[in-house]
Amino acid sequence: MCLAVPGKVVGIEERDGTRMARVDFGGAVKDVCLAYLPDIEVGDYAIVHVGFALQRLDEAAALATLDLFARIGALEEEFGDAWSRAAAEAGVVPAEPLEDIR
Amino acid sequence: MKYLAEFQDPGLARRLLDDIHATATRPWALMEVCGGQTHSIIRHGIDQLLPEQVELIHGPGCPVCVTPLEMIDKALAVAALPEVTFCSFGDMLRVPGSGRDLFRVKSEGGDVRVVYSPLDALEIARRDPGRQVVFFGIGFETTAPANAMVVHQARRLGVRNFSLLVSHVRVPPAIEAIMRAPHCRVQAFLAAGHVCSVMGTDEYPELAARHKVPIVVTGFEPLDVLEGIRRTVHQLERGEHRVDNAYARAVRAEGNPAARRMLAEVFEVTDRAWRGIGTIPASGWRLAHAYRDFDAEHRFGVTGVTTEEPAACRSGEVLQGLIKPRECAAFGTTCTPRTPLGATMVSSEGACAAYYLYRRLDPAAPPSKEAAPVG
Repeated sequence: MCLAVPGKVVGIEERDGTRMARVDFGGAVKDVCLAYLPDIEVGDYAIVHVGFALQRLDEAAALATLDLFARIGALEEEFGDAWSRAAAEAGVVPAEPLEDIR
Repeated sequence: MKYLAEFQDPGLARRLLDDIHATATRPWALMEVCGGQTHSIIRHGIDQLLPEQVELIHGPGCPVCVTPLEMIDKALAVAALPEVTFCSFGDMLRVPGSGRDLFRVKSEGGDVRVVYSPLDALEIARRDPGRQVVFFGIGFETTAPANAMVVHQARRLGVRNFSLLVSHVRVPPAIEAIMRAPHCRVQAFLAAGHVCSVMGTDEYPELAARHKVPIVVTGFEPLDVLEGIRRTVHQLERGEHRVDNAYARAVRAEGNPAARRMLAEVFEVTDRAWRGIGTIPASGWRLAHAYRDFDAEHRFGVTGVTTEEPAACRSGEVLQGLIKPRECAAFGTTCTPRTPLGATMVSSEGACAAYYLYRRLDPAAPPSKEAAPVG
């Protein structure tokens, strides 16, 4: 969780008085709060950490990092199923899929 | 240079390495602060590509690893309460407390949820006002702004059934503590890039000057790490001790001013215990007085928790750079990712897990085939 991941802003809306974006991280799309990067626009790239955009990034740097993260499995770690991973690490196979909130 | 082909740009990696080899004339010990950097270094064999004189010491920059045992035990106690829905990042699930972990609490019937963002936890609280929803707020300066905002939002939106179990840590006091430690060998720091994306570089010049230690802000991709090392070695060889930014594409001197303002409003600096290291003055954040209502520790009265660290675990020495993981007798024997004694073996950013995953059981061992990156 300590890595921040670059993503592309694909949509922006106001929600409960807060500017929120939909951000595409190489396929995984998440809601991201823009309170700390208020002037970002659709099509821009940003470094995002736990649902908050922290810094703008140019497209080339963002795509290079995303490509690297995809190859080393960092995207799976960030956006994948943490319960299955924890069960595998614990040597337990859950009897039925545990519910997850994403 | 057996790993060089695995770099994104092997030609550039080669040039950076050649420069480091040509520059280093004396032994230097550098500490990479960020666990993401440690992972990158071990995975790509960067430590083995460097000249013999340049040693990398792994720092305490894994938020999961340094969360104190006492706080894990408090989290487990709160998560087991019948009225509580306990939300956490996924990588906290298997961090061992004194007796069990969050994964086990869930299997015993606790309502434990994994969320991507603290905003998801707030949303759960809004949808289910009859439950107490607690978010486990761990992490460094990169993560703290998100948790500050979510508490601010909870107050603004009048969400009373939400609270934060806060265990945030700050990097500069940790650097200070490492430099003051009696057996400190660290001569330069690769500062954590994403921490600086938020905080900027203002906090470092005074530290660099006082301890005469170069601090180079560094990213965590292999080429970023090599560039950070290259600039650090140049400074050391010239007897300089400046703050230098080798991660300019993501770090501005002022950091993120909006995030820093929110941190200053919601949190206040406090002493904080670091797992395996002990208490470091002014090294953490807690909720400021105006937000104390949202503090899960107060709300659920989880004080007086007694903790018990496994005696065999030497993660504290690993986190301070005093020993390498393989110097611990438990490493790879009684302590593995499946049966971890300490958090450094659980977290993917932990030094012990990185060494285990990439087969660094002995210094000369190459990474296993399945652990090697493709392409």
